Amino acid sequence: MRTAEMTTAGLLALFSLYLMWISGAPPAWNPSAPRFANIGMIEGEGPGSGFWPFWLSLVMFLCCLWIGWNGWRRKSGPSRQEGPFLDAHSWRTVILVGGGVVGFWGLIYVLGFYGAIFVFMTYYMLVIGRHSLGLTLAIATALPVVSFFFFDVAMRIVLPKGYLEPLFIPLYAVFL
Amino acid sequence: MDIVVALMQGIAVALEPMNLGLAILGVVVGLFVGAMPGLGSVNGVAILLPFTFVIQSMTGSPTSPMIFLAAIYYGAMYGGAISSITLGIPGASTAVATTFDGRPLALKGQADKALVTAAVASFAGGTISNILFTAFAPPLASVALKFGDPEIFALMLLAFATFIGLGGDDIPKTIFSICLGLVLATVGFDIVSGEPRLIFFEMTGFMNGIRFLVLAIGVYGIAEMLWTIHSTRSGDTGMAQVDVSARRIWQNIKEFPEAWRGTLIGSALGFFVGILPAAGATPGSLMSYGVAKMTSRKPETYGKGSIDGVAAPESANNSASTGAMLPMMTLGIPGSPTTAVLLAGMVIWGLQPGPLLFSEQPDFVWPLVGSFYISNVIALLVNLAFIPLFLWMLRMPFTILAPIIFVLSLVGVYAAYQNMFDVGLMVMVGLAAFFLRVLDYPLAPAVLAIVLGPIAEPKLRQSLLFSDGDFTIFLTRPIAGPITVIALVLLLLPLFKLIRNKLRKPAAVAD
Repeated sequence: MRTAEMTTAGLLALFSLYLMWISGAPPAWNPSAPRFANIGMIEGEGPGSGFWPFWLSLVMFLCCLWIGWNGWRRKSGPSRQEGPFLDAHSWRTVILVGGGVVGFWGLIYVLGFYGAIFVFMTYYMLVIGRHSLGLTLAIATALPVVSFFFFDVAMRIVLPKGYLEPLFIPLYAVFL
Repeated sequence: MDIVVALMQGIAVALEPMNLGLAILGVVVGLFVGAMPGLGSVNGVAILLPFTFVIQSMTGSPTSPMIFLAAIYYGAMYGGAISSITLGIPGASTAVATTFDGRPLALKGQADKALVTAAVASFAGGTISNILFTAFAPPLASVALKFGDPEIFALMLLAFATFIGLGGDDIPKTIFSICLGLVLATVGFDIVSGEPRLIFFEMTGFMNGIRFLVLAIGVYGIAEMLWTIHSTRSGDTGMAQVDVSARRIWQNIKEFPEAWRGTLIGSALGFFVGILPAAGATPGSLMSYGVAKMTSRKPETYGKGSIDGVAAPESANNSASTGAMLPMMTLGIPGSPTTAVLLAGMVIWGLQPGPLLFSEQPDFVWPLVGSFYISNVIALLVNLAFIPLFLWMLRMPFTILAPIIFVLSLVGVYAAYQNMFDVGLMVMVGLAAFFLRVLDYPLAPAVLAIVLGPIAEPKLRQSLLFSDGDFTIFLTRPIAGPITVIALVLLLLPLFKLIRNKLRKPAAVAD
């Protein structure tokens, strides 16, 4: 856990440096302007566009050093714990559940929201929840149907349909 | 006395069958729109604005459509707490602070108590603010006008100072979290210079900025759910043990006085912050939570299911929603996005908001003010009536509820911004936030900072432009000065404690 604490602090420190670097980027319409010209006061304009993010990123960087130092001295909560960062159960959870959510997001591009909801609910309830096929199919079908009537019909927020779009055209004719 | 008579006449008009029916319909619609992650009062009011023209043509008066819209606004403010408590996802920024203690209460099997407290606190906040609105509308409007850029920034600084207490004991992680939220809020176009900023890896999706719901739903919808699944290995989250009965709801109502402190703080602070232009209900609810925690005798219970931690933000966001009506009606300045839509409606119906509205349009103003009181009572009753339905959701096995929450998280973000880039970003933020959560990084301050950052940064820059770069502007102005000093003291308080502990330790060792 201590190694994870210090490694994360290091990665976040690098991210803070990256934020500082891009905060000082010259504007697109004047690429020849010197980097970091916008992080201070500009005559007649007040603080530049990089003022707020640059100095806050510097504070983030200093905090990362502080967190790393606390980790080194075993002064923070996680650095005092002896166990691993994540055990086998936790990794399995992250992969099955987190991976499922990432897959759901990817499927939206192909099947649209409603098709992806059906597949994701079926996957989650059958594989992770180990529910019966009947209950799984009932909920996996009902949720997209209710969502369609709430979002597309009642709220007029048209969710992406992906390659299933042609199936919805008759519904549009009736409800929209 | 004139005010009381005018208010009574206004309430009588608001109680006419047509207006009463519209208020009930508006509250119910608002409640369900507000309860849906990604949708808030502004969605409800904006989507139903065209419908109000039909109402106006039926009644011939702008009062009835305005009563309808105001009722949606009220209902949505009540509804925001529902997804925060039952699902752990703050559907709107105004309900973020409700998640901090509402969710732990739900996890302890006390979701009914949290929902009843939220409803009654919202009612109390709404009623107190209505009374303040009725009695002091014109003088308070002039106070609000005295809040310029330095004063609003000082107020934001005070809000940030109260966040330090929200992050637990690890000070560097809390400060990191606040700064991360503030920096992420700057991604996209700089509204002062028009320059694109912090466009990561030159991905055009970041041009739109990192929006509040992307971070909030990522943290609370994805990361928190992963955390719950990871930490409750048996799969039993305790939420299934909620008992739903009228008797238990009544019992919870009787126990509400336990939350008087949070309710009073939220009602007063929420109203005051709500009347300030550009502030609105979100800073009001966040500050109320922070102040309630700081002044509590048991601050350690906050974040673990404190009833005051639910009452303070809920009373505040309702109080602020009435407060935000004040600058809209008396000055023509909307205090929040929702009041901006309401203002647009008033202008379309031929009304001229401003200092003369109360004297020139009493037939419009007082029935509307009267409807605030009526809508508040209706919202309480409707909310209490629907509590069994909301709790029924929690009786579902967690392996059904969890995927539904994931679905609502993704759909909610898409519904709010209609952009698939934001949906993907939210998923990535959620996964990253889970790993940070394992290492005890407090992420609530980052979520709060991304809400207040877009208000604070322009105010700071405009103040410094005005003062020619002189930071003492925040100390020398009569209103900004005391607020800044209090904020600085609060910000430095953890440092003082750290030094005091360091000094005590060697002394204890020497003894």
